[in-house]
Amino acid sequence: MVKETKNIICIGCPMGCPLTVEIEDGKIKSITGYTCKRGEEYAKKEVTNPRRTVTSIVPVVAGELDMVSVKTKTDIPKNKIKDCMLALKNLKVDAPIDIGDVIIENVCETGVPIIATKAVKRR
Amino acid sequence: MINHDIVIIGGGPAGLAAAISCYENGNQDIIILERDNSLGGILNQCIHNGFGLHTFKEELTGPEYAARYVAKVQSLGIDYRLNTMVIDISKDKVVSSINETDGLMQIQAKAIILTMGCRERSRGALNIPGYRPAGIFSAGTAQRYVNIEGYMPGRQIVILGSGDIGLIMARRLTLEGALVKMVCEIMPYSGGLKRNIVQCLDDYNIPLRLNHTVTKIFGKERVTGVMVSEVDAFRQPIPSTEEYVECDTLLLSVGLIPENELSRKAEVAINQKTQGPEVDESLSTSIPGIFAAGNVLHVHDLVDYVSMEAALAGKNAVKYVQGLLKTGLSIVIESKNGVRYTVPGTINPDNAEDITVVRFRTSDVYRDAYLSVYLDDERVMHLKKRILTPGEMEQIVIPKKWFAERPNLKKITIMVEKE
Ligand SMILES: Cc1cc2nc3c(=O)[nH]c(=O)nc-3n(C[C@H](O)[C@H](O)[C@H](O)COP(=O)(O)OP(=O)(O)OC[C@H]3O[C@@H](n4cnc5c(N)ncnc54)[C@H](O)[C@@H]3O)c2cc1C
Ligand code: SF4
Repeated sequence: MVKETKNIICIGCPMGCPLTVEIEDGKIKSITGYTCKRGEEYAKKEVTNPRRTVTSIVPVVAGELDMVSVKTKTDIPKNKIKDCMLALKNLKVDAPIDIGDVIIENVCETGVPIIATKAVKRR
Repeated sequence: MINHDIVIIGGGPAGLAAAISCYENGNQDIIILERDNSLGGILNQCIHNGFGLHTFKEELTGPEYAARYVAKVQSLGIDYRLNTMVIDISKDKVVSSINETDGLMQIQAKAIILTMGCRERSRGALNIPGYRPAGIFSAGTAQRYVNIEGYMPGRQIVILGSGDIGLIMARRLTLEGALVKMVCEIMPYSGGLKRNIVQCLDDYNIPLRLNHTVTKIFGKERVTGVMVSEVDAFRQPIPSTEEYVECDTLLLSVGLIPENELSRKAEVAINQKTQGPEVDESLSTSIPGIFAAGNVLHVHDLVDYVSMEAALAGKNAVKYVQGLLKTGLSIVIESKNGVRYTVPGTINPDNAEDITVVRFRTSDVYRDAYLSVYLDDERVMHLKKRILTPGEMEQIVIPKKWFAERPNLKKITIMVEKE
């Protein structure tokens, strides 16, 4: 039997309750430390499937701005953040760019595209 | 001299929302003056997500949030000038600005809305001993370098101050390959949002050192390291706790100050606590016809509230031009026992909307305390709060009927109570 304890802080509100999750054989055994239901749900999600939206910038060729800001269209698994940043390295895009334009179709096999969050006109 | 009914100074989220509100409330003779080369203000460099949850029920990045307002301003055909720096406002509402095409431009306004945002506190205000080597940046300047210019300020970084911009930059620089060694915070709590502490520091194992400050900066040409010390209960460094930390960059995220040089020129009364103009329920400053909203008024953490506040300022500027804003006796809002300030500071019941939103910050962290509202000596609101912290703006809502029920009301008091 593999036992593991994870300590996380709930971000549901400024209380920031310290939550403790006991995991046995990959299954949640107990969650303690929350003050309200939201904390319990947050802990479940953080332990089983933590996800984050990644934002960054990509250089623009022949644009009115040098950089265009981008984001993953939805959140992606937390453990893919690094790979996602690597995928953006050495990338360049041509102006013009519109908000919502797809920059990378399916980043790191997450099924999630990276899209532009700024419009950049051609110079 | 050019004439416009309403001149809006600053084209950030506050200025944009104010302009849209003026238009929608019936005044189309508006102009926005913006010193930068694009509209959107500070949001253009805030590429992270977390904007607009209240307004659009989705999480947008800063540029996306701004773009929605810019598109609206453009589709309404609202006039704006970019690269136009306002250099003076007079009491009688002459706005002077300069740009390359018009040179010096003077506009006689009937009403002015101040939406100039805020600026960052600099190291000068901090007095850390050492030379002034390269490698010391305010967090917002670093944010502009990285996100707009695509240039890294350094490789090994210490951040002083745990305000949101510092936290956001800790993650941003880490993702770009820098090593963020620690975030030092002189207070026993962070001034940033909990969510940013978790997602920007904890996610990347960046230590947050509470009760710590930087006491010395090393390096002559370029920063080579900093001395970090723990502080005692009086925020004085404890010498025995000194620790040398090697780094090439020090980022300062030590607070924002409303940008009110122009307001001072127009002799607008400034509140010592917020460093922004004193305003009433209509967001009118001490000079009738000059309004203020957004970070120029008081520092906000959420842009949604900036937009809401600015919409109210816009609506009232239109009323003022129409001569519909009443003057007369106002009820004072007193902040006491842990409530540091309130915006607005006074309410004239004749102008009050059905509800007046009063925003404020507490001066300390309070757990299991009550937020109370007194009308003269009568307690009318007593809300249990599990936590109140200076890092998160609070608000209470005052219904207009309170005034009708109490025609002789003189004072509203808002305070934190233990029980
Ligand atoms: C780094 C950072 C991160 C943030 N993160 C979040 C977040 O995650 N979520 C969230 O909801 N909120 C966030 N905020 C808060 C939010 O972005 C701000 O509260 C909001 O942008 C303030 O809007 P504003 O229009 O008052 O000021 P600003 O956006 O600063 O706009 C002021 C404008 O006025 C112009 N101006 C100033 N002086 C003059 C002059 N003399 N002449 C002409 N123009 C002038 C400036 O150029 C600027 O464009 C963040 C803020 C910062 C600084
Ligand atoms: S558990 Fe509930 S009370 Fe505690 S931080 Fe999370 S949301 Fe707030």
